[in-house]
Amino acid sequence: MNLALLLLSPNRLVHLSGVDIVIIIFYFALVLGIGFYLKEQANTGEDFFMAGREMTAWVAGLAFLSANLGSLELMGWAGNSYKYGILAAHWYWIGAIPSMLFLALVMMPFYYVCKTHSVPGYLKLRFGEGAQAISSISFAFMTVLMSGINMYAMAVVMKVVLGWNMHFSIWVSAGTVAVYVALGGLRSAIFNEVLQFFLIWAGALLIPILGLIEAGGWNGLQAKILQNLTELNVPNPGSYTHLWSTLGNFNDNPMGINWAGIVFGLGAVIAMGYWTTDFLVVQRVLSAKDLRSAELAPIIGAAFKMCVPFIVILPGLLGLALLRDPQGHLLRLVPANLAWSPQGQAQGLHGYDEVLPLMLARYCGPGLLGLGITALIAGFMSGMAGNVSAFTTVWTYDIYGTLINKNATDDFKVKMGRWITVIGVIVSIFTAYIAAGAPSIMDYVQALFSFFIAPLFGTVLLGMLWKRATPAGGWTGLLAGTLSSIGMYTWVKIDPNAVRYVALSMDAQDQAQNMFRALWCCLICVIVTVVVSLMTKPKPDSELKDVVYGLTPIPKTEHASWFHSPIFWGAVVAIVFVILQIIFW
Amino acid sequence: MKTGSHLSIWFFTGLCLGVVGALIFATGIYEIMHPPVNKVVLFDLHANVWWGAILLVSGLFFGIHFSPANERKRMAGKSSSV
Repeated sequence: MNLALLLLSPNRLVHLSGVDIVIIIFYFALVLGIGFYLKEQANTGEDFFMAGREMTAWVAGLAFLSANLGSLELMGWAGNSYKYGILAAHWYWIGAIPSMLFLALVMMPFYYVCKTHSVPGYLKLRFGEGAQAISSISFAFMTVLMSGINMYAMAVVMKVVLGWNMHFSIWVSAGTVAVYVALGGLRSAIFNEVLQFFLIWAGALLIPILGLIEAGGWNGLQAKILQNLTELNVPNPGSYTHLWSTLGNFNDNPMGINWAGIVFGLGAVIAMGYWTTDFLVVQRVLSAKDLRSAELAPIIGAAFKMCVPFIVILPGLLGLALLRDPQGHLLRLVPANLAWSPQGQAQGLHGYDEVLPLMLARYCGPGLLGLGITALIAGFMSGMAGNVSAFTTVWTYDIYGTLINKNATDDFKVKMGRWITVIGVIVSIFTAYIAAGAPSIMDYVQALFSFFIAPLFGTVLLGMLWKRATPAGGWTGLLAGTLSSIGMYTWVKIDPNAVRYVALSMDAQDQAQNMFRALWCCLICVIVTVVVSLMTKPKPDSELKDVVYGLTPIPKTEHASWFHSPIFWGAVVAIVFVILQIIFW
Repeated sequence: MKTGSHLSIWFFTGLCLGVVGALIFATGIYEIMHPPVNKVVLFDLHANVWWGAILLVSGLFFGIHFSPANERKRMAGKSSSV
């Protein structure tokens, strides 16, 4: 049996031509070349872990967005838009834009002025080493776990779409990320994230353009979706193309959620928690060269984030309208576990997450297909590089440098950073194989991840804005929020009827449950923090300088006019955001 | 990002878009001359020709504007004005 047969499965969605393979190989060669080129510029801890803090607003902003724009994000949300309709766009608009602007204009000055290396590092300055230890250990654990599980899911997709051997996908992609991050550190990760940003757009933008031409524009698309879903007897077929008008009642939309869950659960808690306290994305902004760049970077990221539904949500909706099987019947996609089971494969079923590759195969011939697949691989690698570089920094500064060896030299930290990058990738690979043996583990890990993010936002926000918050209050609030989230999750698992209390409706689907659980646990975190803080002794003001509002002198930015002001551009993004909500109401 | 004597990220971006664009454009031209048996939907729009051309032009712009030679000129201009 030759090598090609070992690496390729005969059952695959698309077939790559020679030029497609040349494009993919060129991409891998380029990212490795960038890693080797940048090695000489990563000699100090500040260089390796913070990219020398010399990134422009554009570079930091695009990397900030790109670290989140993984391939699972692309394929997963395209699949979700097929499943839930345009409601999935909430995760890109209200679930991102207000929180990115909040990070830029309210929180970034504190992160930047205190010169922290990480979010756990900020918690150390504000609440002490206890909160830092819990936050850093849980973050490092979750980051590596998520990285591996995403890697496994990516390998499954590559197997289904391209017929690639899963071991091949895992080792080649992970090995490439390990090499370029270990060599160039955060600078290398950021360079590649910017490159990947352009590749993702170049590879994915053609699908909605050609799709809208085929569907007859937005009106034609809406009419086709209504006709197809009516034919399939799907309830509320008209709700798939409306963003807000179906959120009055839980059972009027395919997600089983109401406006309160979207506004407060998603917009005010989950999104705020992710975009303002998840070090994976915040690290990119901390690499900015000055405060103004650090404030502008999330605003630039927000401007592009508003456009992402065009390449993610629209292809899912186009799939609902246009996809048909070879016999000309409507093609109905199914959940992944059904599609990827042996029976599903035998029947030729496709999962929701395959809608983007299906649309890619529909419009893209040789060359364009290679670019589209490269975009998916680039998305995966940018997501993984983000996880690995954030893990390396938190391990080196917040775990090793704080808990194990406080006297480590800068040179030693750089060496450790390189080795930990490789070790982090190897652990991720093993996690990927564990996930392969337990497919449902991803659901649990995503839930675990949300346990820490939502209450962490409450803790960091109170820490920044309320000087009366005490170390005891911060620590107990974080713990109470996390435990309450775990408790609610377990309650629903044991007694499914409990969903009517946790998510306020028996119609609530998984995403709706996540929203409400996050909302309650964040509120619990805030209440406990406030109550305990009022009962315990606060830190003196002298110890809170540069970490709390009112005690932190914000440096004057050097911009000369309102046109260069972050506030002006933040307002522009906010206005466009509101207009989009009205257009797609 | 500009790093003095170092290559800019935008140069790498231009290199990537230019090479990929050229390959897609050339494939599109070849497909016009030798149409495939199994055509993609909307083949007649020849998306690979115009999309490849857009990427190629974008790549050339980034690659030339942020080339090492132009970067050196810009740095020299900044030094002399200080």
